[in-house]
Amino acid sequence: MTKTILRTENVNKYFRKPVLFHVLKDINISINKGEFVSIMGKSGCGKSTLLYILSTMDTDYDGDLYINEKKVTGLSKNELAYLRSKEIGFIFQFHYLLSDFSVVENVMLPALKLGAKSKTDIRKDAIQKLEMLNIGHIANKKASKISGGEKQRAAIARCLINNPSIIMGDEPTGNLDSKNSQNVFRILRELSDEYGLSLLVVTHDHDFAGQTDRIIEMGDGHIIS
Amino acid sequence: MNIPLISKIAKNHLLSRIKQPIVAALGVMFGIGTFIVLVSFMTGLNALLDGLVLNRTPHIHIYNEIEASEIQPIERKLNPSEIANVYSVKPKRNLQRIANVDALQRELLADEKVRGISPQVSAQAFYMAGDVALNGIINGIDIQQEMELFSMGDYIVAGDPTQLNYLDNGIIIGKGVADKLLVDIGDRIQITTPNGGVFNLKIIGFYQSGLAEIDNIQSYVNIKRAQILLGEKSNYITDLNVKLHDMDDAPEMSRLIESYRDISAVTIQEANAQFETGTSIRNLITYAVSVTLLVVAGFGIYNILNMLIYEKMNDIAILKATGYTGADVQWIFIFQALLIGIVGGALGLLLGFGLSVLISQIPFETEALPTVKTYPVNFSPRYYVIGIVFALVSTFFAGYLPSRKARSIDPVEILRGQ
Repeated sequence: MTKTILRTENVNKYFRKPVLFHVLKDINISINKGEFVSIMGKSGCGKSTLLYILSTMDTDYDGDLYINEKKVTGLSKNELAYLRSKEIGFIFQFHYLLSDFSVVENVMLPALKLGAKSKTDIRKDAIQKLEMLNIGHIANKKASKISGGEKQRAAIARCLINNPSIIMGDEPTGNLDSKNSQNVFRILRELSDEYGLSLLVVTHDHDFAGQTDRIIEMGDGHIIS
Repeated sequence: MNIPLISKIAKNHLLSRIKQPIVAALGVMFGIGTFIVLVSFMTGLNALLDGLVLNRTPHIHIYNEIEASEIQPIERKLNPSEIANVYSVKPKRNLQRIANVDALQRELLADEKVRGISPQVSAQAFYMAGDVALNGIINGIDIQQEMELFSMGDYIVAGDPTQLNYLDNGIIIGKGVADKLLVDIGDRIQITTPNGGVFNLKIIGFYQSGLAEIDNIQSYVNIKRAQILLGEKSNYITDLNVKLHDMDDAPEMSRLIESYRDISAVTIQEANAQFETGTSIRNLITYAVSVTLLVVAGFGIYNILNMLIYEKMNDIAILKATGYTGADVQWIFIFQALLIGIVGGALGLLLGFGLSVLISQIPFETEALPTVKTYPVNFSPRYYVIGIVFALVSTFFAGYLPSRKARSIDPVEILRGQ
């Protein structure tokens, strides 16, 4: 049997403001190693909320979350921060690059925090990731001076820098034109096929979802299929 | 915590909006600079004013005080309980001289707290100018001791005071007296004493304390001459001015002297209480003004960091999403505040020093302070240390408050919002 990277047991989530609202109802999912999974559903069905719980950034939920078969529910904020930097790469709809830093510095930042390698090694890694994504030539440009597609690719390079177990994406192509979306999808597909990375992506895009290994369909806080 | 990394992020943030941190640093600079100037000038002035009186004041002044007799003569004869009051009893005529003065001097000098003693003979006299007799007080002094212990030399505005050592008929007269009598150095002056003696003395110097009421009556001769003026023997000493190593020992010592000698021993604290008060109030004002300036500068920093945090909300969120802890993010902003504090504080010290040097060059001449030619400024490094510590502490707090907000920002709210 393949290894499970991510698993939830009866996750429930409530929004307390402005009124009590049951967003997620008994969510049980698991992601295996090397799987490319997409989550689909209507706006407001709770798919992003679920993703942020899975990413350990949101800790206000009931139920249990396991990463690499290790229970992470109830860990302290600092332990979670460490876990995030080591195991999880995150891509957002928006690139969220630090505009005052160069592209390569942006890619290096999570690894510098993790501190597992020396600065020169991290820099080498970062350049290698950028080259893998065909943007090695802009490594030393300021993050504010590159195009939208390049920014999203730099953000992908950043999420890869610590060699995470799983990459999560919250509409990673949502802000891009069709050509750039295709590019980004191709990259993600490659990461899954060639490097055996697990991916979990929230999307609206049916074409995008159709090309992934498995689609988790959500509606009104439930998993439908 | 990874300090180089945190400080690099902090520095990049500041450099991206370089104008605002410069304005904030200027605020700190002016705050600290003003503090340095104020405190240097104020303490310089304090030292000058205190020196004017305190340097000249013995730490303990030993003398015989003339006071009303405690036991009225008639009480010795009659039963005291039957007598209600006796009015107009004059003070007993007791000796002005200090009894057994040699022994007392030896005892005091043997005490290691004592730096030195300057004996004095105080005599009343009149300065004769034709028909006019000016009231005066002539003190017989040991000029060597006076110059060493009470910086007498600073107040001799003309002439060579050491001549008093060997010139038995020499006199240093108050500048006020000299002006009234129209006399100059080398001139002779006639003195009469209350018991009828007439003396011809040679003026060897002018004395100016800056206090007109002293300068108008005071003159100095050597001890032997004063004893002759009074017709007394060589063991006649009326005052002992004691200087201690630490003036805080004075009250205890004076109690001791008064306990075994029937004599008055007045301490500097009793004699000059108002100067201490003046000094501490001036210091209080200085610090109050400086603290106000720094608090204002602190609010500037607080404001700018607050804005920076709103601007960099996305950066904060993504840093947190990629594994930076709340404490890391908080330190980034505290680092920024401290950076502003260090740069602004250091520039402030330079500004303060520069202005202090400038002030200390400005001529300041006044009749009252003969030895002072420029504005007094105290360049004690102590205030520079206080200044930079103050800058760091105030900017730390100015950064700490907004940084707590950055620490508690929930990345999910921001990352989901766009």
